Amino acid sequence: MTDPDDAAQRRLDANAAAGPLAELFTVDLTVAMATCAGCGNTAPLAAHPLYAHAPALVVRCPNCAAVVLRFASGGCRLRLDMTGTRLLTVSLAGAA
Amino acid sequence: MSFVSRGFTGRRRAASPGRLPPGQYDVGDGFPVLSAGPTPRTSLDRWDFRVRGQVDEERRWSWAEFQRLPRESIVVDVHCVTSWSKFDTRWEGVSVDSLLADVVTAAEFVAAFSDGGYTTNLPLTDVTGGQAWVVDTYDGQPLTPEHGGPARLLVPHLYFWKSAKWVRGLELTLEDEPGFWESFGYHNYGDPWREQRYAGD
Ligand SMILES: [Zn+2]
Repeated sequence: MTDPDDAAQRRLDANAAAGPLAELFTVDLTVAMATCAGCGNTAPLAAHPLYAHAPALVVRCPNCAAVVLRFASGGCRLRLDMTGTRLLTVSLAGAA
Repeated sequence: MSFVSRGFTGRRRAASPGRLPPGQYDVGDGFPVLSAGPTPRTSLDRWDFRVRGQVDEERRWSWAEFQRLPRESIVVDVHCVTSWSKFDTRWEGVSVDSLLADVVTAAEFVAAFSDGGYTTNLPLTDVTGGQAWVVDTYDGQPLTPEHGGPARLLVPHLYFWKSAKWVRGLELTLEDEPGFWESFGYHNYGDPWREQRYAGD
C-alpha cells in the first residue's frame, strides 16, 4: 500500500535547488560546453560570439548564429534566458 | 567569458530637462550602435518589405517599388532603453499609414520582423496615425547597416528597441506576441516617459 504522503514528501521545496544552483553560477563558464537548441552544434561557450553592446549580453551559436543565451542585470534583477541552449555541460574542477 | 554586469544604467547629467524622459541622458552628437547579433547585409535587389498575417491580401514591395511610395521627412528625439537619448534626429522614409493604407484587417497588434531574426511587438494603434515610419535615410544619407539600413522601423514615442533595425515587414496579429527583448523581461510597451524599461515597471 502506498502512503499518499510519499509523493508530497519526496517533492522538495524549490529552495532546495538553491544550493546546487549556487554551485552552477559560481563555476567558470568559459570552460562550459554549450549545445545549440537550433542546430545541435556543441562548442565551448568561450568560443561563441558574444554581443555585449545591447540591452543584454547575447551569446550566439558559432555555427548557425542563433541566440543560445541571454544574460542581463538591470532593474534590480538578473535575467538569464537559455531557450536556445539544449545542454550546458560544465566540468567540475578536481572531479575524477 | 565572465558574466559581469556592464551596468547599462549609467546616469549622466541631464542637459535639457523637460525634453529628457526620466533616467535618460543626452548623448549629444554621438549615435551609439547597439547590436545583439551580426549586422545583416541584404543587397537591395533581394530586399523587399511585406505586410502579412491577418490581412485581406499580403502586400509586398521591392526596393524599387518602396522608393516610389510617398516619402516624408521626420525630425524626432529618440530614446534608447540603455539610457541615452538623441535629440533632433533627421530621417526620411515611408509612413506606416501609407503601407497599411488599404489593408483590411481585424488585427490589434503588429510584429515587426527583421533580417537576422529580430522581432518586436507593438499595438497596431501605435504604428498608425502618423506615429511610425519605415526609414531608409538618416541625416540626408542612406541609412548605414550599423544603424539598421537599408531600412529600419522608426517609432520614436517608444524606446528605440521598438524601432526595429533591418526591418523587412510587419505581421498583423490578433494576439500580442512578445518580441526579442519583450520576451526577455523588457517592458511589453516601452513608453520612455513612464520609464517602462522592464516588465512590471
Ligand atoms: Zn546553432
